[in-house]
Amino acid sequence: MTDAGYVAAGYVLVFGTLLGYSVRVLLRGRRLSKQVPPEDRRWM
Amino acid sequence: MTVSTQPSSAPTAGGSPPGSVSTPAPAHTGSRVTRALGALCLVGLAAVAVLGLVGTKADATQGDAARLIYVHVPVAIVMNIGFMVTALGSAMWLWKKSRWWDTVAAASAEVGVVFTGLCLATGMVWGRPVWGVYWTWDARLTSTALLFLLYLGYLAVRRLPADTDTRNRRSAFVALLAAVDVPIVYYSVSWWRSLHQPATLSLDTKIQGLMLFTLMLGMATFCLFYVWLLVHRFRVGWLEDEVERTQLSVALAERRAEAAVPAGEAPAVSGDAPAGTGEARVGS
Repeated sequence: MTDAGYVAAGYVLVFGTLLGYSVRVLLRGRRLSKQVPPEDRRWM
Repeated sequence: MTVSTQPSSAPTAGGSPPGSVSTPAPAHTGSRVTRALGALCLVGLAAVAVLGLVGTKADATQGDAARLIYVHVPVAIVMNIGFMVTALGSAMWLWKKSRWWDTVAAASAEVGVVFTGLCLATGMVWGRPVWGVYWTWDARLTSTALLFLLYLGYLAVRRLPADTDTRNRRSAFVALLAAVDVPIVYYSVSWWRSLHQPATLSLDTKIQGLMLFTLMLGMATFCLFYVWLLVHRFRVGWLEDEVERTQLSVALAERRAEAAVPAGEAPAVSGDAPAGTGEARVGS
């Protein structure tokens, strides 16, 4: 693999992982929000 | 700890409390501030990617592999910030016994573990073309791997079955013990002869121009992104606690209702707590 290949792999790894983790956290939040009454979501 | 619940606020499968007539609140962890912050992070991350991949020139000695520095260094900085915040949250919980601080500590630890994994992975990907190997038992690499394992252990301790106070106390002590490794990671390149290069940014730094700007932009953007992730993960943790408390209270109310029914009569079991159990108080 050339240097460019390692660079591309590194960027895909970082941005892909952060995107996946962010989506997971947001979906967990959506799922849990449906089980909690609005008055307990204090950031609203 | 004492938990008080009202039957009218018990969650239902539909997501809205029984008898609720108010406008339904958005069912997510976002707010106006997090949306603005998220948009700013997206712009920043796109700029870092463009500048890092095509905007900057290849390094004179490391060639194109140096482009990985623009993500590796910011990720490493966020890793350290994440675990320092976990240590702060844990210390504050031990002092104040506040649920807020424990949730901050747990949220920051999970985000920190993600960034530590990325730090190790990008370091390995960078090491292969520059050092010729993916991994070596260098002081910086080894102490970072140890940090990763320590905080995985912290997250595991949080999942051990225990009441809330015991869980929080255990995890707070583990977090404070693990935090000792954070300065060891940072100073490892100074304290031991290391294959890892010294700090990229220092008073006598050689990096300048667009390379310096891209690196600084990456650090600022990843720090903002950490804040965005922390806020959302904090809210998820808060919601998890709320759901757990509500489920516990509803289950106890149902058990008390069953116990109150005279022998020979079938207990009326429903999703709502029966009248008279609305002030159910759970001591633990």
